[in-house]
Amino acid sequence: MRARTKGYWWYLAPSLVLFLAVIVAPFLMNVATSFTRWSGVGTPRWVGLDNYTRLLDDERFWQSFQHNVGLIVAMAIVPTALGLLLAAVLFDYIGRRFGARTAAALRATYYLPQVLPVAVAGVVWGWMLHPSYGAVNQIFGLRLNWLGDPDLALATVMAIMVWFQLGYPVVIFMAGLQRVDPALHEAAEIDGASWWRRFWHITIPQIRPETFVVLLTCTIAALKVFGPIYVLTRGGPGNATMVPSYFSYLSFFQKSNVGYGSAIATVLALIIIVVTFLFLRVQERES
Amino acid sequence: MRAGPGRWAVLAALVVLAAVMLFPFLIVAVNAVKSPAEYGAEGPLSLPGELYLQGIADFWKRVDFGGKLWNSLVISGSVAVLAVVLSVLNAYALGIGRVRGRLWILVLFLVGNTLPQEALAYPLYYLSKEVGLYDSKLSVIIVFTAIQAAFGTYLLSAVLGQFPREILEAAAIDGAGRFRALWRIVVPISRPTINVLLIFFFIWTWNEFFLPLIFLISNDNQTVPVALGVLQGEKYMDATMSSASALLGIVPAVAFFLIFQRTLTRGVTVGAVK
Repeated sequence: MRARTKGYWWYLAPSLVLFLAVIVAPFLMNVATSFTRWSGVGTPRWVGLDNYTRLLDDERFWQSFQHNVGLIVAMAIVPTALGLLLAAVLFDYIGRRFGARTAAALRATYYLPQVLPVAVAGVVWGWMLHPSYGAVNQIFGLRLNWLGDPDLALATVMAIMVWFQLGYPVVIFMAGLQRVDPALHEAAEIDGASWWRRFWHITIPQIRPETFVVLLTCTIAALKVFGPIYVLTRGGPGNATMVPSYFSYLSFFQKSNVGYGSAIATVLALIIIVVTFLFLRVQERES
Repeated sequence: MRAGPGRWAVLAALVVLAAVMLFPFLIVAVNAVKSPAEYGAEGPLSLPGELYLQGIADFWKRVDFGGKLWNSLVISGSVAVLAVVLSVLNAYALGIGRVRGRLWILVLFLVGNTLPQEALAYPLYYLSKEVGLYDSKLSVIIVFTAIQAAFGTYLLSAVLGQFPREILEAAAIDGAGRFRALWRIVVPISRPTINVLLIFFFIWTWNEFFLPLIFLISNDNQTVPVALGVLQGEKYMDATMSSASALLGIVPAVAFFLIFQRTLTRGVTVGAVK
């Protein structure tokens, strides 16, 4: 049997070489660089854990992770909660009373922002929120500088990300709901359970696996977020919308502080790996 | 079930939400075909009195938008094909060949796909300069082929793990070698999943921003999202030209969505049956 499986290694070889060159080696180089002071030219100077201790004292670093928490709320928690409700309403309320076509059309509309490159979504909103000629101020008769006011900028970016992200959970949850045995709902209905009770006690428990997947992927996406920040605010005004990915980008390419940027990126990578691991463990225990 | 007026209220709420979701698309489209003079006089909320295409044409010429589309197409198309080829080869070894240590290899691929690109960016930037690939489409193609193939391997290995053994055994008895079995039997039968992967890889790569922003600095190499993202806030980008640029970013994305929608849903249902 072993002789039979041996020859298959050749099929893996091209990918392993590529993977080593493009992902494994660069990642290890990044970790190594995080222990050095380096401007990108010349020889990196070993400084041990210096970058990491500086990070712990750096207010921008802590702020950037706080903003990440806000983005997790906007990109994972709110879309998941809202998506559960919308998917359930579309599936067994609208679908049954107004036909599957109406439900499908609404679902497609909610999904539409998801097809955009996130940078393009940023261009769209940057234009709509422009303080002098933007459409949003005109509609509400306001003169707010949505992205330029430090008190408003993060909330604005969060709202945009809810708009961008909402369709994804709706589509995944509606697909998941097709798996749920209709007999469960029918039995509960005969017993006189209200729509809310059925939603809470049947729908939500039944599509738990999908909920896990959506929460995990959206949380990771929120931790990695870069495009909207680059296009909309460049982390500003001040540091009002600074996130780790943009912070590392700045350190790499504008401040020529490569060691420091590498340390930020390494911390971000570790957080993402830990979050993934935790989710998978919880999911395993559940099933 | 008796339906009172309540059901109309629910529908109305959902339609209002749909209108909010669609609004940015509509307002961008409306203002992209409005003349700057009219925009100045009437603002963004009025319907254009006449179809004004000069803004779109000017922006197109100014940034050589055709070139950007071509760059995006070449990069996304190459990545989709190459990453699918690698995913199939890997999944054949892992899902059907069941090589030793396959679980660890899968975990490695999955972690690689989950890693933030920020943690690869600077070394990749440095290495690409060392080997003379910096600011070339090829550099982006190589990087995203690796990243996408990591995901494809994970997905396709699970699908091929369920592949009916009898078919392969019959082929082996008929004297088909391993590569022949892959090419003649496994690939055709897995076609629906492979098509879905091709489309996903294409769209995902099209939408990428961070690494292309770092690697593609010259105008001749930029992709659509990078060009639009970088140009935002340029001095010559007035209100109508900005909306024209946004529209040009929206149109290909929505077109892909409409073109691929059927394949995707078909693929997803096929995947679910497996």
